[in-house]
Amino acid sequence: MNRVNYQVMPGPECYLPPAAASMGVVLPDEGRALVEGHIVTQEEAMSTIAEKLLGAKHPTFFPGPLILWAWSEKAVEKARAIKEMADAVGAKIIPMPDYRPKYPMIDPEEEINPNHPNLTIWHNKIDVCVFAGVHCHYANIALKIIRGGTDCYTIALCGEYGHEDAMITLRDVRAQDIKRLTEVIKKKQAYSIETSLMNV
Amino acid sequence: MNKGIIEISPGFEDVMPREYIDLVNDGPYGRKLGIDDLGTFKEAIEEHPLCAGCALALALRLVLASLPAIEDTIIVGSTGCSSLAFSQVAIHNIHSLFGNQNAVATGLKRALQIRFPNKTKDVVVMAGDGAIGDIGLETVMHSWFRGENITTIMFDNEIYANTGGQESCMSPKRAVLYMAPTGKKFPKAAMPEVAHAAGCAYAATITPASPKRLGKIVNQAILIAREIGSTYIQIYCPCPTNFKFKPSESLKMAKDRVKDETYLIKEYFSPEAREFVEGLEKGGGN
Repeated sequence: MNRVNYQVMPGPECYLPPAAASMGVVLPDEGRALVEGHIVTQEEAMSTIAEKLLGAKHPTFFPGPLILWAWSEKAVEKARAIKEMADAVGAKIIPMPDYRPKYPMIDPEEEINPNHPNLTIWHNKIDVCVFAGVHCHYANIALKIIRGGTDCYTIALCGEYGHEDAMITLRDVRAQDIKRLTEVIKKKQAYSIETSLMNV
Repeated sequence: MNKGIIEISPGFEDVMPREYIDLVNDGPYGRKLGIDDLGTFKEAIEEHPLCAGCALALALRLVLASLPAIEDTIIVGSTGCSSLAFSQVAIHNIHSLFGNQNAVATGLKRALQIRFPNKTKDVVVMAGDGAIGDIGLETVMHSWFRGENITTIMFDNEIYANTGGQESCMSPKRAVLYMAPTGKKFPKAAMPEVAHAAGCAYAATITPASPKRLGKIVNQAILIAREIGSTYIQIYCPCPTNFKFKPSESLKMAKDRVKDETYLIKEYFSPEAREFVEGLEKGGGN
């Protein structure tokens, strides 16, 4: 596999895609973000996220245990912000309440599991997804499996250092960052409605 | 435990799968339930991938129902049949490398005592006879020598069951197994006696054919571990897949082995543990 200019793009890439880090993709510094393996400003990344979500047929949010459970005020605040963002996009929400490899298998209609995220994506024909509140190591596993076996575009809103294996990742994401991103989405939405009305 | 961890964040109630809503509304957390309450609440384990008739599955169900504070319990497991079920359990659990479960549990218990000095967190090792009696015996024994405040529960199916049927130190003498076709040459290891001699405050054997007694033993072993030191429970879990009996006969097998004294029910207390349990029975509570 070519290590020069490796881009983190929608798959299906292969059965066992390489970790993007091993292909030379590095995590962004504070205040920066990653888009398809390249470091960009947070604003550029937010703008691209908005475009991807608004252009998707079946945008879906995958909230993880860090925000699904009300274990702290910050978690609740972040959960509210993610819900508001999903509502703004008109996206479906499919939760990842924990990381148990369910026996005999999960119901892909109503949940996603990091061990077989491809099942939920295939079943619901998800073309763009957002990870939020998923512990980093499970997010990494899931993002790699998704890139390996599906053509879904992955976006990871990470509270820590970001995820190289997502197509777009923001780092240090707090509730206010999610609200800022929601504003970007709403502005783009309004602009596209305005433009389409002008074209009528 | 932070009770918020079992509350759904506002706005997500309608997207949570039924199973989680049931666990939140009717789960065992913070309710001090026991064996007698089985069938009346949403249990921490329901579906699992173990074989039909596996007595380990029943033993695990009974153990989980007997934990004195399930929401503040962390299971440390190891490789083996039991590890296939732990990943289905709706409480914290850690899968350690094969045999180092008691070392992991020691570190975890000590870290939790530092992190949560005013809270009691029960660290319970649950593993098979291979992890505890053979491969992990060193870490097990040393945790007992040090008197770590952890409970070690052995699911004793007397065999390495999911790797083809090799003999373990807990297989009975002369047992003919898939990977021991000429029969085991040595007797079953006397683990309860080893535990007692190594300094365990409490050591006991039991089978899932005596659920109420099993519940009492598990409960008191964990309470003793909190206050005094290491405790050990050995649960006989007949394996129909490797010992070639019908899955419906697992409990009969357990009863028969106890009755014909080829599986001995034992209980050892240190003087402090005896005094502590007598205090509990007099109404000291937990």
